[in-house]
Amino acid sequence: MSLTPYIVLSAILFTIGCVGVLTRRNAIVVFMCVELMLNASNLALVTFAKQHGNLDGQIAAFFVMVVAAAEVVVGLAIIMTIFRSRRSASVDDANLLKY
Amino acid sequence: MTFSVTAALLAAEGAEKSGHGGIPVIEPATADGVFALMWLVIALPLAGALILLAGGAIAPKALEAWGHLLGTLTAAGSFVISSMMFVALWGRAEDDRSITQHLFTWIEAGRFDVGMDLLYDPLAALFLMLITGVGSLIHVYSIGYMEHDARRRRFFGYLNLFVAAMLMLVLSANYLGLFLGWEGVGLASYLLIGFWQHKPTAAAAAKKAFVINRVGDIGMSVAIMLFFVTFGTTAFAPISAAAEGASSATLNALGLLLLLGACGKSAQVPLQAWLLDAMEGPTPVSALIHAATMVTAGVYLIVRSNFIFERAETAQTMVVIVAVVTLLWGAVIGCAKDDIKKALAGSTMSQIGYMMLGAGLGVAGYAFAIFHLLTHGFFKANMFLGAGSVMHAMDDDVDMRHYGALQKAVPITFLTFAMGYLAIIGFPGFSGFWSKDKIIETAFAENPFVGAAALLGAGVTAFYMTRLMLMTFFTNRRWAPEVHPHESPKVMTVPLMVLAALSVLGGLLLLGDWIVTWLEPVVGVAEHHEPPIAPLVLTLIVTCVVALGVATAWFLVGRQEVPREAPQEVSLATRAARADLYGDAINDRLVVRPGVTSVWALSHMDRVVIDGTVENASLSIAGLGGVVRRLQTGFVRSYALSLLAGVLIVVLALLAVNLR
Amino acid sequence: MTAFWILAPIMVLAALGILFVRKAVHAALLLAIVMIGLAVLYAVLEAPFLFAVQIIVYTGAILMLFLFVLMLVGVDASDSVVETLKGQRALALGTGVVLGMLLVTAATQASLGVARGLGDVNADGNIQGLANIMFSRYVFAFEVTSALLITAALGAMVLAHRERLEPRESQASVARQRMRDYADTGKPLGPLPSPGVFARHNAVDTPALLPDGTVADASISRVLAARGSVRSAPALAENIEDIERQLAGGSPVVGQRAGADAPPQEPERASRNPDPTGEDQ
Repeated sequence: MSLTPYIVLSAILFTIGCVGVLTRRNAIVVFMCVELMLNASNLALVTFAKQHGNLDGQIAAFFVMVVAAAEVVVGLAIIMTIFRSRRSASVDDANLLKY
Repeated sequence: MTFSVTAALLAAEGAEKSGHGGIPVIEPATADGVFALMWLVIALPLAGALILLAGGAIAPKALEAWGHLLGTLTAAGSFVISSMMFVALWGRAEDDRSITQHLFTWIEAGRFDVGMDLLYDPLAALFLMLITGVGSLIHVYSIGYMEHDARRRRFFGYLNLFVAAMLMLVLSANYLGLFLGWEGVGLASYLLIGFWQHKPTAAAAAKKAFVINRVGDIGMSVAIMLFFVTFGTTAFAPISAAAEGASSATLNALGLLLLLGACGKSAQVPLQAWLLDAMEGPTPVSALIHAATMVTAGVYLIVRSNFIFERAETAQTMVVIVAVVTLLWGAVIGCAKDDIKKALAGSTMSQIGYMMLGAGLGVAGYAFAIFHLLTHGFFKANMFLGAGSVMHAMDDDVDMRHYGALQKAVPITFLTFAMGYLAIIGFPGFSGFWSKDKIIETAFAENPFVGAAALLGAGVTAFYMTRLMLMTFFTNRRWAPEVHPHESPKVMTVPLMVLAALSVLGGLLLLGDWIVTWLEPVVGVAEHHEPPIAPLVLTLIVTCVVALGVATAWFLVGRQEVPREAPQEVSLATRAARADLYGDAINDRLVVRPGVTSVWALSHMDRVVIDGTVENASLSIAGLGGVVRRLQTGFVRSYALSLLAGVLIVVLALLAVNLR
Repeated sequence: MTAFWILAPIMVLAALGILFVRKAVHAALLLAIVMIGLAVLYAVLEAPFLFAVQIIVYTGAILMLFLFVLMLVGVDASDSVVETLKGQRALALGTGVVLGMLLVTAATQASLGVARGLGDVNADGNIQGLANIMFSRYVFAFEVTSALLITAALGAMVLAHRERLEPRESQASVARQRMRDYADTGKPLGPLPSPGVFARHNAVDTPALLPDGTVADASISRVLAARGSVRSAPALAENIEDIERQLAGGSPVVGQRAGADAPPQEPERASRNPDPTGEDQ
């Protein structure tokens, strides 16, 4: 049984996440797409763990989850703050840092 | 320049004590007895200067009331100590008349070791007597002359500073200390020429003197560096011992550089232009600094450096050329000036030319150069102070065309001035007669042309001094009706009388060749040449030429009415002489205009080329930044897109590298 | 692999849905589908612990957090379909497709060979195996993670904290303010007047009448006034003679009301309410 389809699925999900980050404007949806990319990489890690017959990949996926949780907490707090001051969750509206 | 200092020192030790070819080596003894007070000679006026210049904030009232007396006392104190030392030195054996005093280590850096050392020998002794003696008299005179000046305390502070610096100059045992005094007198001269700084002419004259002196100082400082490079020291004693081993090119270079320094300080051609303008200063300053002492420092330098010049033929010849040119140059200027002080300044230039001539003539002339320096110090100080007294009487008018027939109005000034006049033209028996006669005699022995030029100078001197004398004290009365000439107070006339006496009696120094013998330990013994013309005959010729000059002046000036306004329809020669023989114009054309032009060109190039390059570079980068910053849209998704594109490029590059 | 082939298309479709749905809530729900699918795949890939963690932490905690924030920000907020950045969508799609093709090609080109499987290392149980590694080889990373989590928690607190800018209002200060308003502007001290209560009509959209017969504006909610759904009190009196007659006739009011009330009201209401959606409230 080859595990290649898992990797391919992981690649597809990652790409979809990428495109989502680039096209969606709602900051929360952008964050979801980032989560999608993280999850896709997690899938690859778990797949490799099975492929190589050790648990290091699963450990790595576990840490990715922890970091993702931390990132989501802080990121959503930032979105909250921006929304509170600008009444908008669009990433295009927060464009004051420019030329 | 593979010259070894130690080898030269060893060689010098093997040589005779008097050195090779009669050039003495300086071997000073340590100071003891009264000579231990040597440092006080400098320290007294220096302390006076410090108190007078810096003490104004602490005790202004007391210094305003007593400052001038303090200044005079310090100068007089120096004179007393100098006299004591002079007498003591006279009492010592002839070959033991060189005394040194080490005060402290001044600069010590690697091989460069300069001590604050003083050297007292017959040459310095004469200078000490002249500086402190004439200096004290002029201090006394200044008490009267500057009585109504609001800044008298400062004036005396500057005078004291000058005296201290001048004493440092002649007492130092090394060239660096000499240079310290050299710059000190330059500073004092600058401050005193510009003392009446509210007058733009005085400020400009001070600046001119300072700048031209800097040109000469370049020569001095380079010479000092060359001394250090060649001999490893700047002190006179080791250099005088080691000079024999130095190459002739080095010695000539040293001589020419020292001559450049001397030209600057002594107002010799081509650096003569400042002296006439320096007359903007108060008259006592002109008498002390720009006649009697400071301007003769160049002569001192050359006589002191005899161990260099005696071995540098070219440099010595240059000294003679410079001296002869200046001698005639100054005399011609003196003939045309109507400003009494400027006429005297031209005369000073000319007389210093005589001294330089003596110094350039070598061993035979050194003593006479110093002799003439001393007598000139007496009679020129006398005449400058007399001129100051006349100006005092004439409400500070300096134009001789406004004088005339003053001999009755200011009898004491007239009599003392007449003593100075007779001395300078070389009236038989007066001091100038002896000293100038000796220089002309030596010049004839050296070269007939030089002698003839000196003789001509004597005639011209007689002419312009007679003209000055006649226009001031005789001829028709031309002063304005509101002017009431009056004799100066005692405090001014007494110094005049003392100086007049010295002008008459200065020739006594030559009695039994005393001054020649006295200076022999410093300058060496002259080989006796048989003069081409018998001295007596020459003296007669000189006297005749002088009489001719006096007679010419009498016919041209004394016999007719002198116009109150200077005639404008005059010959080309007179016009040139009135314009200082175009000295300023020459300087302007040769130095100032090219300097201004090159500065303008350089600044223009700096603005256009360099600034242009830099500014255009920065502008183009700024413009580029202005274009590129449009990439910073502030849209985070654009940034993410470029991030992804970058990732893609990296991955593709890796792939391309791996697949190949 | 059966589970994979069933789940994979669902997950890809759900993921693609995230790109296209307009409402963020829908995107969150689609993301939940992907995550649960991933959890199942983790189970298939012999990672039961991650399966549990994925469901509990990701689907349970993180996604709930997303929904929480969505509720705060406004559940209605939906993206406009129009792309504001010029060429952004096309370029994103282009690079995305190239990246996807590149990754897929790379994955398929690589020969993974037969998977070794986790039978050996999971012999004592997956959780025990993970614990063995985590608390030995990865113990330092584990500890650092704790620091990261604490920092993140503190950061979120700091970022989300809102400083009180004015003192808290007390009952006394509210009462004082009311008295001051009454003194300054004549704002009534007591409660606002209640809406009109008439003999034949009793509703919040009818303003009370002052003794002189004019309308008391303060008796009607401002929201109703803004919507324009306020009844005109004088209009109610249009058929006053009719009512008086009925009253004089002694016929029951209730019966009269049903007949006389309804027909004139309908057109009036329609004309006053241009916004039909307001009716849904």
